[in-house]
Amino acid sequence: MSETSALLEVRDLTVHHGQLRALHEVSLGVSAGEVYAMIGANGAGKSTLLRAIAGLDQPTSGSILLDGADVTRMRPERRVAAGIVMVPEGRRLFPSLTLEENLLVGSAYARPGPWNPGRVYELFDWMAQRRTQRAAQLSGGEQQAVAIGRALVANPRVLLLDELSLGLAPVVVRRIYSLLPDLLASGVTILLVEQDVSQALRVATRIHCLLEGRTTLEGPPGELTAGRIEDAYFGLAKPAGGPSGSAGGYA
Amino acid sequence: MIWVNAVLQGVLLGGLYALFACGLSLMFGVMKVINLAHGDLAVVAAYTALGVVAVTHLPAVWSFVLVVPIFAALGYVVQRTLIQAALNRSVLTTLLVTFGLSVVIENSLLQFLSANSHSLNIGSLVSDSFSIGSQITIAYLDLAIFVIAVAVLLGLQHFLSATKHGRLIRAVADDREAAQLAGADYRHIFGIAAAIAFATVAFAGLAFGMYSSFDPTIGTDQLLLFAFEAVVIGGLGSLWGTLVGGIMLGVVQQVGAQVSSTDQILAGQLFFLFVLVIRPQGITSRRRTA
Repeated sequence: MSETSALLEVRDLTVHHGQLRALHEVSLGVSAGEVYAMIGANGAGKSTLLRAIAGLDQPTSGSILLDGADVTRMRPERRVAAGIVMVPEGRRLFPSLTLEENLLVGSAYARPGPWNPGRVYELFDWMAQRRTQRAAQLSGGEQQAVAIGRALVANPRVLLLDELSLGLAPVVVRRIYSLLPDLLASGVTILLVEQDVSQALRVATRIHCLLEGRTTLEGPPGELTAGRIEDAYFGLAKPAGGPSGSAGGYA
Repeated sequence: MIWVNAVLQGVLLGGLYALFACGLSLMFGVMKVINLAHGDLAVVAAYTALGVVAVTHLPAVWSFVLVVPIFAALGYVVQRTLIQAALNRSVLTTLLVTFGLSVVIENSLLQFLSANSHSLNIGSLVSDSFSIGSQITIAYLDLAIFVIAVAVLLGLQHFLSATKHGRLIRAVADDREAAQLAGADYRHIFGIAAAIAFATVAFAGLAFGMYSSFDPTIGTDQLLLFAFEAVVIGGLGSLWGTLVGGIMLGVVQQVGAQVSSTDQILAGQLFFLFVLVIRPQGITSRRRTA
């Protein structure tokens, strides 16, 4: 995987929350058609990374490129038009709007593409008949599905999924993850954050482990042993040759 | 029958109060801005109509054709510049900025247009009326203002519930950041909401200028207060609540005036405090956990 082939590229990204450095020179490249999974413990900086890519958190240094174009200083709403769309942690539907209205807001500034509310109703067959219900009345799993639908109708090139499984029953989580092949088939590239490592390993083509804001491991799951992942996750491994030399080689 | 008449007059007056209040309610609901210059804007709209009439020789009744669009544009610009700059600091700052705006408007009017009171001259329409029985007299103007107020509220309700930008306004009011993630520039949406608020307050100011006389200080002394009371009585976040609140305030004021003509404002104020104590979320509002 060379730098130029990456659809989404993050170079040496550092993000501060006030005095706290949440991300320290993190680099990664997501190629078209990948499911790229960020793993790591609570507070490792995974969500900060996604928020920075979506434009909600401003980085202190480093850059974010979409298809080679620098989007680091672009406003979040402009990134949607460029093709970066995030499903935020905790769903964040518009509670007073109906299911259908949530999807319509998602498609208000959509890029041209295969997704529209009708296609989302096909993907989730329960939605059409409940589209006039307020989002606040839906269950957690249903809300997560609507949040994914709201992001899809914007026709993203890169879909950012933040902690899909948070607060959901395992069976619901499995059902939602079983959608990923459909999304990939429609041409969407996925960058996701997941605390549940086994879930991430099941779906990902590459994984990237963060620990206290630094990269500790990066690579395709097939090439990584459970022991190495565990060490990287809990910080038992010594990163060979500093933070950027550990795996990705983007320094 | 005197009391029926008082209630009817109150209902009609309440439409005007609701018209004053809906812009205030919208700006608070969408951007959490309490616009303390809201009443003064209504007065400026009435003065602008005087100017429009003087220059174009349009009948005063038609001045809204120019004044309302001017105010909509003004609303967008003021929101995108002054109020947004204040919002970027904190919501509290917007309170200070709109208070300052109110002071500036009021004193500018006093300085340049004197403290004399004016009214929009609409000829005989101001006194034409019809009677039902011997005790009930309804002025055409009051009825027309009520009908226009309800029509504006209906139109606004339709805009918010059934159009793309109305939907975006509600989405931004629910969750600004999530709306950004859906590609919406919330600052632009705020501008649209402010444009609507300014347009409705211009409508209300013109109606008030035809209904009664106005001077530079009446915006803060009365109009802002009545608008606030209508919003609080009815309950935030619903246009129907605003209409109900406006009508209840109007009815209480008119019934109070029937008891003693000096008690009109006091009755409204006492009722407002009463509602605040027993039902602080407003008459029509469900308790919200937002």
